[in-house]
Amino acid sequence: MKRVYMDHAGTTPVRREVLEAMLPYFTERFGNASTIYSYGREAKSAIEEAREKVAHLIGADPREVFFTAGGTESDNWAIRGIAHANKEKGKHIITSSIEHHAVLHTCEDLEKEGFKVTYLPVDKYGLVKVEDVINAITDETILVTIMHANNEIGTIEPIAEIGKALKKLDRKIYFHTDAVQTVGKIPVNVDELGVDLLSISAHKIYGPKGVGALYIRKGTKIKPFMTGGAQENKRRAGTENVPGIVGFGKAAELAEKELMEQYEKLSYLRDKLIKGIMERIPHVILNGHPTQRLPHNVNVCFKYIEGESLLLNLDMKGICASSGSACTSGSLEPSHVLLAIGLPHEIAHGSLRLTLGRDNTEEDVDYVLEVLPGIVEKLRSMSPLFPSKGGN
Amino acid sequence: MEMKEVYLDNSATTKVAKEAVDAMVHALTVAFGNPSSLHRKGMEAEKIVNKAREKLALFLGVKAREIYFTSGGTESNNLAIKGAAYARRRYGKHLITTSIEHPSVLEVFKQLEEEGFSVTYLDVDEKGHINLEELKQAIKPDTVVVSIMYVNNEVGSIQPIQDAAKIISQNKNTLFHVDAVQAFGKISLIPNLSGVHLLSLSAHKIYGPKGVGALFVREGTKITPLFNGGGQEEGLRSGTENVPGIAGFSAAAELVFKNFGAWQAKMRELKERLKTGILSEIPDTVLNGPDDGAPHILNISFLGTKAEVLLHALESHGIYVSTGSACSSHKNARSHVLAAMGKTAEEIEGAIRFSLSPFLSIEDIDYTVEILKKEVNELRKYVRR
Repeated sequence: MKRVYMDHAGTTPVRREVLEAMLPYFTERFGNASTIYSYGREAKSAIEEAREKVAHLIGADPREVFFTAGGTESDNWAIRGIAHANKEKGKHIITSSIEHHAVLHTCEDLEKEGFKVTYLPVDKYGLVKVEDVINAITDETILVTIMHANNEIGTIEPIAEIGKALKKLDRKIYFHTDAVQTVGKIPVNVDELGVDLLSISAHKIYGPKGVGALYIRKGTKIKPFMTGGAQENKRRAGTENVPGIVGFGKAAELAEKELMEQYEKLSYLRDKLIKGIMERIPHVILNGHPTQRLPHNVNVCFKYIEGESLLLNLDMKGICASSGSACTSGSLEPSHVLLAIGLPHEIAHGSLRLTLGRDNTEEDVDYVLEVLPGIVEKLRSMSPLFPSKGGN
Repeated sequence: MEMKEVYLDNSATTKVAKEAVDAMVHALTVAFGNPSSLHRKGMEAEKIVNKAREKLALFLGVKAREIYFTSGGTESNNLAIKGAAYARRRYGKHLITTSIEHPSVLEVFKQLEEEGFSVTYLDVDEKGHINLEELKQAIKPDTVVVSIMYVNNEVGSIQPIQDAAKIISQNKNTLFHVDAVQAFGKISLIPNLSGVHLLSLSAHKIYGPKGVGALFVREGTKITPLFNGGGQEEGLRSGTENVPGIAGFSAAAELVFKNFGAWQAKMRELKERLKTGILSEIPDTVLNGPDDGAPHILNISFLGTKAEVLLHALESHGIYVSTGSACSSHKNARSHVLAAMGKTAEEIEGAIRFSLSPFLSIEDIDYTVEILKKEVNELRKYVRR
């Protein structure tokens, strides 16, 4: 059977070059980077080399890049670390209602500690309005955290514009962006975006799971999150995951090198996929912005269909897809993102996210377009909600 | 000719076993899915994580659902101690630990002190053991967490965890956390971790990969998560599971437990030989820590030498040792463990930690003793005594 993996926003396979870069650090170069003899120095310099590559990818100084165990830790560290270090200045945080749960649940947790959080609404495309951010600011605001692009619907937020607007204010409000879905997919530059903190994950860019990074602009007042040894310039304790970090560095290097080529390839396939679905299947809604959108993201809702049965049917045809965020796939609640863009529950339940990757081909897209209409039709014929022929 | 290499820093980190590398490569490339995904790639990954959880639980004699994966020993310690202290705050704000814990425990307690908790640091004797009577005296009605390491990472002393658990269990509001990073796979832990509520593990100390560890949380014990997010690990530890790391951890643990008796005996033999060799053949050497202790850790002071200089002298012969905990190597600080044991400044300054693996040979040990004899003698010529 043909196998098509179209869940690259969920996770990506580690690419060969990345694996090869990692392997020596499990065995012959296995040292603890904190030790002071050759094995340690070798590990340490491998980490610093990776730090340069990751920094380069986002236009940062390597000294501003700190390795973590992944995107979730980076988001938690950024938000909690800023909140706890700056609470004397105020206890108000601004975010959006469509953030990843690593951001949303962290903000909710801070509310329990006495912080106030504004969850900004988004428009029907999932866009946050710059003026909404500025209008939400109070004397108490210490942090704005808005994702660079949404993981479910692929909408790219106006981060640079928000960054500019925040800079015009007469006092410093820290600005964090969760860039887990954009790094390696579209150009990301911390200065152009005007952010103080930015979260990245390796396993979304063909690097390994269990490693990520937080960019922290020089001069940012943030509390450490993981305490213990003096690793990561005393900001993140724990023996460094050397092979993971090396793999992340390699993945970052390759992502930067191939960015434009992949951008073109993926957006071509994305557009073909969207166009094909819209043409071949009735009662479909495209979720997310039509143009201001991640190059690899397709998210649609099929009316009168339950997303989970659609996934299982696709899986039987060898197609790996998702109904939204992988992290909430297990839950029966419809996506908070789809509800936030104004979809009713019953339509939000019929969502399908297809996220493309570097291994996907035009044949893969054709195959999906070939099997998807039949599955949708079959599921609709079994649905009590589907209006019979002649209806709309 | 290639220089002989003798790696004697296995408490800092270990070389990943082939079995673990193979398991990881499979999870990195073939079973690469996100365990939270509903498709087959996701389920394949989820199965790996569940199997690993079952295996670790089996080795500890606990239930699979009591094992939570983390990014390593430091995170496990942070999660256990902060999580327990925050969750139990309403019962009291007194905490107990020892003065010889790993920095990832001590620093957490320091932070909690800043947040208004009070901490009692138990002393240790000259061999690095706590006094159970002192523990008994220290526990008050408002004591909510006691954290005691199983095996000390610098000197190898083994704490009386079973007896401590009995004492602690008399206070129903107190949770008992054990940092077992240096004990797991090296010594037999108490059966079923009886009386222990929380226990930290790390993969890279047992021939598994860096960046992964676990926390045992006894069923019914509520602790506050460090992170929030996708709700993985029953909501206790959000974040996409490090499937390759977890696969490597479980493969390494399996290897260790398959060879447990043989490896333990081998390390004991090597340690005994190294200890006797040094103490009998090199004058002015002092054993730090207990006579027996953990099978893989030996700490000896070479009086009249500076440990760091000796370390580099040994390195030039392909012998890798450490001056204490790797995690504090860069801080230039004197060992807090040796200081707590009442060691003199000269003893602390000349202390070297040798940490063994079963993959070393008698020849490696004899070579180390030979080189030590020569280098210590050489270094002492330049130091005024």
